[in-house]
Amino acid sequence: MNLLRLINGRKATAPVARERLQILLAHERGLRGQPDLLELLRAEILAAVQRHVDIDQDKIVIRMERGPQVSTLEVDIEVPNGAHKSLAAVG
Amino acid sequence: MAKVLVVTSGKGGVGKTTSTAALGAALAQMGQRVVVIDFDVGLRNLDLVLGAERRVVFDLINVVQGVAKLQQALIRDKRLENLWLLPASQTRDKDALTDEGISRVIAELRTKFDWILCDSPAGIERGAMLAMRYADEAVIVTNPEVSSVRDSDRIIGMLDSKTVKAERGEFVAKHILITRYDAGRASRGEMLGIEDILEILATPLLGIIPESQDVLRASNVGSPVTLHNADSPPARAYIDAVNRLLGETIAMTVPTERKSFMSRLLGRRAA
Ligand SMILES: Nc1ncnc2c1ncn2[C@@H]1O[C@H](COP(=O)(O)OP(=O)(O)O)[C@@H](O)[C@H]1O
Ligand SMILES: [Mg+2]
Repeated sequence: MNLLRLINGRKATAPVARERLQILLAHERGLRGQPDLLELLRAEILAAVQRHVDIDQDKIVIRMERGPQVSTLEVDIEVPNGAHKSLAAVG
Repeated sequence: MAKVLVVTSGKGGVGKTTSTAALGAALAQMGQRVVVIDFDVGLRNLDLVLGAERRVVFDLINVVQGVAKLQQALIRDKRLENLWLLPASQTRDKDALTDEGISRVIAELRTKFDWILCDSPAGIERGAMLAMRYADEAVIVTNPEVSSVRDSDRIIGMLDSKTVKAERGEFVAKHILITRYDAGRASRGEMLGIEDILEILATPLLGIIPESQDVLRASNVGSPVTLHNADSPPARAYIDAVNRLLGETIAMTVPTERKSFMSRLLGRRAA
C-alpha cells in the first residue's frame, strides 16, 4: 500500500476527510442542543455595538473558522467618527 | 453580462454538486468572477466539496429573509480569489426560500459576477424549481443509466416551461453533461452509450466526465477536482466542458489517465 503510494506520488486523502468531518459534526451536533458559542458571541458583540452606534450592516464583516482545538471569530466593523448614540441623546 | 447557470438532474447522486464545484473553479481559474450557490436546503454539501465548511457564517435563507446582507454571507475561496460560495441553510425549513427572495438575490449577484452557478437539489419539487427559475443556461447532469436519463428528460421539460425565460417565450440554453462514464463498461454494452443518450434527450453534449477515483480524493480534501489535480482525467474533462461553455469548439473525447513515468516503468501492475 505504501509502496503504491510512493509510486503514484500520492498521499492518502481519507484521513483528511475524517478530520474535516469530525470538526464539522462536532459543531453541528452542538447546534442541535444549545446555540453554538461562536454564533452566540457574534450576536452579542453586534448587539453591544448597535447599542452605542448605528452601523450600516454593509460595514460589518464577519468571518469564522472552526478548528479542532480553537475556533476564530473575526468581527470587522467600520465605525464612522461622531456616530456615538449617547452623545446625540445627551447633547 | 452575467450568466445564471443551473446544474440540475432530477435524480440524486449523479454528480451535480461535484460538477458545480469543478465547473465553478475552472471558470474562476480562467479569470471569470464566479459565485456558486447551494440550493440544497437542509442538506448542504457544496461547502464540503469546496472545503469551506468551517467558515460558514450566514446562508442563502438568511439573505433571503434579510437577516444578513449578501456580502456577509458570501465566502471567498482561499485558493481562488475569483470564486465565491453562497451556502445553503442546514437547519431552517425549505419554505423560507421564496421566489421573490431568490429573484432579489440573483439580481444583486448579477451586478457582481460573470457567472452564477446554481447547484440544484435532487427531485422536481420546489427547491429544484427555484434553483432553475432564473437560469439563462442549464447543465443537465446525466449518468449513462436508464433512470437518470428518464429524470433528465423530465427536467428538460421543466426548463422549457417553468423558468422565467420560458414564461417570456425565450429559451434556456441546455447542455447535457454525462458524468461517471465508464468506457470499459460502455464498450462491453453494459452502459447506455453516449449516442443513445443524446438521441433520446435531443440536447447537445457539453462533456463526458469519466468515473474516477480522483473525484473522491478531491472531495476528501475539500478541493474541486480541477484544482486538486488539474491533470487528472475528470479535471481535463471539466476544463474542456468549461471552454465549450465559453464558446470554444473542442473535439469531444473522454480523457484517460496519463501514465506517470514510474508506472510506465513498472508496467501494468502499478497502474
Ligand atoms: N466522475 C466521478 N467519478 C467518481 N465518483 C463521482 C464522480 N462524480 C461524482 N462522484 C461521486 O458521486 C457521489 C454523488 O455526487 P454529487 O456530486 O454529490 O451528486 P449530486 O449533487 O447530484 O447528488 C459523490 O460521492 C461523488 O464523489
Ligand atoms: Mg448535490
